[in-house]
Amino acid sequence: MADGSAFPPQGISLRIENLSHSYRIEGRALPVLENISLDLKPGEFVSLLGTSGCGKSTLLRLIAGLEPPLEGRIVAGETDVTAPDRSRILVFQDPTLFPWRTVRGNVALGLETDGSAAHRGDEIDAALRLVRLDAFAEAFPHQLSGGMAQRVALARALINHPPLLLLDEPLGKLDALTRLSMQSELLQLWRKVGFSAVLVTHDVEEALLLSDRVIVLSDRPARIVAELPVTLPHPRHRDDPHLVALRAKVLALLGADIPEAIA
Amino acid sequence: MTDTITSPARRGLEAPAGLAKIWPAGLLASLVWAAASGITLALPDVIPWGSTELFAALTAAGALTLVTLAFTAEGLGRFGRAVKAAGPWLIALGIWFALWEFTTAKTGWLPKPFFSPPQGLLHVYVSDGARLGLCIAYTLRLWALGYFSGVIVGFLTGVGLGWSPRFSYWGMPLLKLIGPVPATAWIPVTFYFFPTTFDASIFIVALASGIPVAILTSAGVASVNRAYFDVARNLGASTLFLISRVAVPAALPHVFVGLFMGLYYSFAVMVVAEMLGAKYGLGWYIQFQTAYSAYANVYATLLIMAVLCAGLVKLLFVARNRLLRGQEGFL
Repeated sequence: MADGSAFPPQGISLRIENLSHSYRIEGRALPVLENISLDLKPGEFVSLLGTSGCGKSTLLRLIAGLEPPLEGRIVAGETDVTAPDRSRILVFQDPTLFPWRTVRGNVALGLETDGSAAHRGDEIDAALRLVRLDAFAEAFPHQLSGGMAQRVALARALINHPPLLLLDEPLGKLDALTRLSMQSELLQLWRKVGFSAVLVTHDVEEALLLSDRVIVLSDRPARIVAELPVTLPHPRHRDDPHLVALRAKVLALLGADIPEAIA
Repeated sequence: MTDTITSPARRGLEAPAGLAKIWPAGLLASLVWAAASGITLALPDVIPWGSTELFAALTAAGALTLVTLAFTAEGLGRFGRAVKAAGPWLIALGIWFALWEFTTAKTGWLPKPFFSPPQGLLHVYVSDGARLGLCIAYTLRLWALGYFSGVIVGFLTGVGLGWSPRFSYWGMPLLKLIGPVPATAWIPVTFYFFPTTFDASIFIVALASGIPVAILTSAGVASVNRAYFDVARNLGASTLFLISRVAVPAALPHVFVGLFMGLYYSFAVMVVAEMLGAKYGLGWYIQFQTAYSAYANVYATLLIMAVLCAGLVKLLFVARNRLLRGQEGFL
């Protein structure tokens, strides 16, 4: 495994070629992904939009290398994805912090796997400052709010300098206000650190506010229905007419049946 | 006008403010302890037991301490609060002493040799203290060797069973078969396999403490949230890391339940384990004295075992709270 300093300062490219996957449930094959092909430029922020249960999360697990795909190929940077690696880190909808570790201990997890945590205390402090949780270093997860816990999960990922960050509805469980502030925090982190990002969400507005490109997926088995570039400069405003128009288009693609008055 | 009428009345209600500092339960406890002491001294014993005056003196000292605490507990901080919390128990204990004394030593309603008054037990500690001390040391040595070897093997087995499907395929049926068999049923086999009876005794205690630890540890490891493993694998964890830093810490609350159960089982089999050619030990002492119908000695020894077991449980709680610190919301 490459050491931390060897990672490029910016994001890496991602190439997905003809990816198909299915689960076996009670002896029957349940197809979840069908012939997905997708390219990410280094540092690009791409969102995947689709209805619940369409297979978006499976796609992220395959990119992370937590499961091997049945068909097709995933190439991150120059290397084929065959196993999990610290260069591609998945942040889950549930923060899944280890309840027996302090905030600091949770953030240090990735550094402990290669034994470098002991002499990289400064980096742990820096990661905690990055997500503004330095005052909570010695707190335990059950003492944190949902938004704080998710920020710890982000710090736990970012301390490894992953050139590719995979975000599986990381803000899905947060209340509306926390969600808004976390969206702008995520955006700031991305612009500051420069990683490539794949965000899975079912919040159309979130996808349009954050990403360079929005990919709309069909119901299961997921196929790519449309790709929409979002060229607006940051910071974006949710009532920008261009964004409102895009939102209506995406909702129509997702098959939402919305009365004209609302759309 | 109303103020002038109500305020003296209210002052009347507030008057015992100085008295509020008195701890009434302590006062009552002191009274019952004094009564127990009085009964012990004033009435004659049906048959001589020895140490009657000593018991009267001890209960009187208890009564004096309690009456002092009744007036001072308020200002004693944490210790004072702990004493006050124990108030109802201290009262019950005094009543128990008085009744116990009255029904045994003073009236003989509960006769010798089946029953013994408190001074009977006290006399055992006074007259046979040195031998009992040696027995405690022997028992603790057997317990420590048996319990610790048992829980270490049980823990490692449990981790293996919970982690590896192959190990579990062969091991789990065996554990389910051995688990319900009382540890003492293995005595004939252990005599054959172990060079000395002391080793056989250690094995019996180890078996009794190890099996619940193995079962609970394997259940704990097997039930760890799969997402924890995904997180750790994604961050570069090796298999060893997944076991030692994810599976084991996540299963630790389960492991401690096993350690507590093992502790109780180990004490339950100790008496039998000390039958195997032991020369000292509390279990051996109990059997020896039972043979002579010296039940006062038996009760006195049982009391020691109960206190030892409770002390070890307390120690285990301290260890658990320290190791699982910060997980209150999670447990």
